[in-house]
Amino acid sequence: MATSYLIKGARPLGGDPADILVKDGRIAAIGESLSATGAAVVEAGGLVALPGLVDLHTHLREPGREDAETVETGSRAAALGGFTAVHAMANTDPVADTAGVVEQVWRLGQEAGLVDVVPVGAVTVGLTGERLAELGAMADSAARVRVFSDDGSCVSDPALMRRALEYVKAFDGVVAQHAEEPRLTAGAQMHEGDRSARLGLTGWPAAAEEAIIARDVLLAEHVGARLHVCHVSTAGSVEILRWAKSRGVQVTAEVTPHHLLLTDACAESYDPVFKVNPPLRTDADVEALRAGLADGTIDAVGTDHAPHAVEDKESEWAQARPGMLGLEQALSVVIETMVEPGRLDWAGVADRMSVRPAAIGRLTGLGDRAHGRPLAPGEPANLVLVDPASRAVVDPAALASRSRNSPYAGRELPGRVVATFLRGVPTVLDGKAVR
Amino acid sequence: MKRHLLEAADLDRADATLVLDTAAQIEQALAGREVKKLPTLRGRTVVNLFYEDSTRTRISFELAAKRLSADVINFSAKGSSVSKGESLKDTALTLEAMGSDAVVVRHGSSGAPHRLANWVRGSVVNAGDGTHEHPTQALLDAYTIRQRLGRLDGVRVTIVGDVLHSRVARSNVGLLHTLGAEVTLVAPPTLLPVGVGSWPAAVTYDLDAVLPKSDVVMMLRVQAERMNASFFPSAREYSRRYGLDGRRMGALPDDAIVMHPGPMNRGMEIAADVADSVRSTIVEQVANGVSVRMAVLYLLLGGAPQ
Repeated sequence: MATSYLIKGARPLGGDPADILVKDGRIAAIGESLSATGAAVVEAGGLVALPGLVDLHTHLREPGREDAETVETGSRAAALGGFTAVHAMANTDPVADTAGVVEQVWRLGQEAGLVDVVPVGAVTVGLTGERLAELGAMADSAARVRVFSDDGSCVSDPALMRRALEYVKAFDGVVAQHAEEPRLTAGAQMHEGDRSARLGLTGWPAAAEEAIIARDVLLAEHVGARLHVCHVSTAGSVEILRWAKSRGVQVTAEVTPHHLLLTDACAESYDPVFKVNPPLRTDADVEALRAGLADGTIDAVGTDHAPHAVEDKESEWAQARPGMLGLEQALSVVIETMVEPGRLDWAGVADRMSVRPAAIGRLTGLGDRAHGRPLAPGEPANLVLVDPASRAVVDPAALASRSRNSPYAGRELPGRVVATFLRGVPTVLDGKAVR
Repeated sequence: MKRHLLEAADLDRADATLVLDTAAQIEQALAGREVKKLPTLRGRTVVNLFYEDSTRTRISFELAAKRLSADVINFSAKGSSVSKGESLKDTALTLEAMGSDAVVVRHGSSGAPHRLANWVRGSVVNAGDGTHEHPTQALLDAYTIRQRLGRLDGVRVTIVGDVLHSRVARSNVGLLHTLGAEVTLVAPPTLLPVGVGSWPAAVTYDLDAVLPKSDVVMMLRVQAERMNASFFPSAREYSRRYGLDGRRMGALPDDAIVMHPGPMNRGMEIAADVADSVRSTIVEQVANGVSVRMAVLYLLLGGAPQ
């Protein structure tokens, strides 16, 4: 395989066309009419070049549910979605709550070699919300954990949450909270509102999310710690985050592609492919999330890619597991909901899907292994080429994920990832995974 | 008629009226007959797929199918492969392979009949799903109201009790509205769903205020265990504020009727003297249930009457 690539005519961040020379894992030059002997030429006329995308929120299911996804299949799905780094959530089996498990996941990611798999460590032992896991050991391990989350469960005990926020300051960590007051969501199946009332599905009130976010931003302010809020889903949450940021609280937040596009109307089919936690909300919430992502109140898009085996989804709604695929369509959904309506330009896409998530995960300062860096000579050659004009209907059977629970099945979406480079090596070319 | 009866919204006014009229015709055709059986569905197979214990609903459907000469298979979740973890889809495919023409399904999960309808070629009749709907209950209630009061249009129906968890309430609100009745819901605010304001029904917390303006009072079953989740403080307080006793029944207009889908908690939502009074239609509801379910099976499987 070639060791240098000359990308011809791509538009960096949607700007004027330029050639990008990639050599020895780095961006060697960006300019007009570059030439390089021995470099493989990638014709990229009409394509937009972005820094490699970074996901703060991926479920790779390994170890434990390799029938739903593995580090390798999830990595391939990520590369096809334009990602060069993904944070692997801790709710595996065994739970990623020790240095041993996070190192295992990290090592599997390195072996797959398609994206940098960055393990997230559990906040509490076994995700039970009772006592802190050995956060420092995970931080000091080869996996170099900086993001800690009990995602899937909320760290609902306020005293424990306070301690977690404080404790991770010692190694510049961040607690990524799954904001869900469990006492308000017992048995909850979907957003609580007009549709849940009619469908007879137990409601998940917006207040259950907002109450935890409000509490946590106050705690983060009090102890001077960093807080990250996972998968923000309500208009009220956006308001609280806006307020907290205006006070200078060190809070960041992510929104999922599905919460940017879909609403609780999807539940009317009772098809559990649309069951997710937090649930799909209303049109007004979707609008507030888009506005929040546009103005930066919401820092990042996090996929919450959640593969599930067929038997865990092809069932009654209440029996099905929550979660949906996201890695391979995330960029397309952002183009559909943010770029095409003119709410975010390509620099904004790069910011929300690469620069800021990498900064939250503390990946920008890692030298050769950094992510979320500018498209500039000397930087690690992590980049993605996307054809924004191309539209295609999503076919779950064609996805690289081992699971098929895509909420976008049959939906036409814009934006095709043509190529992804990880440190100068293509992981995707011509829209296909290199391996 | 649509192929399935999954919720009240599957019936427009013409379809709902057709079901009620057909039920009346069937009742007439069988009245006074020694052999209470019509040959209409001979050779057809109806499966009763019950994931919840509900003897009265199952028996009502079974009797309805048998009186139409259909072959009936009772598939109870208990003691079958279902209790060994067979999925709803696999069960559906099994029934499909056996050649069932209609599946009557009772399930604890809202939406299960909708899922089933994706997997079988025959008709699916929802016999109660979770806290969603129970459309044949609403049809038999509408039939009973029409039989007693002679009309549905403009009839003032007050539904009292645990609306939040009630599939009977959801189906009745939809169907009675379709048929022109005016529905009022009465419950403690804790037992009304958030979003109830979008329903085609008035909502009040004051039972005494609406009784004089009610042609029909429908009492819903309230489980005393709800008080453990703080939906109300005690069974006694619930009964005092929302129960229908003799004194409250006296506030009703003269020809008003009292309904209950059963099974009743006597002394909780309804006093014994009310349940046994001449206003009570509770026994008629059970009888009418068979006629209405015959009409539904007939129309779904046999087509509209000639």
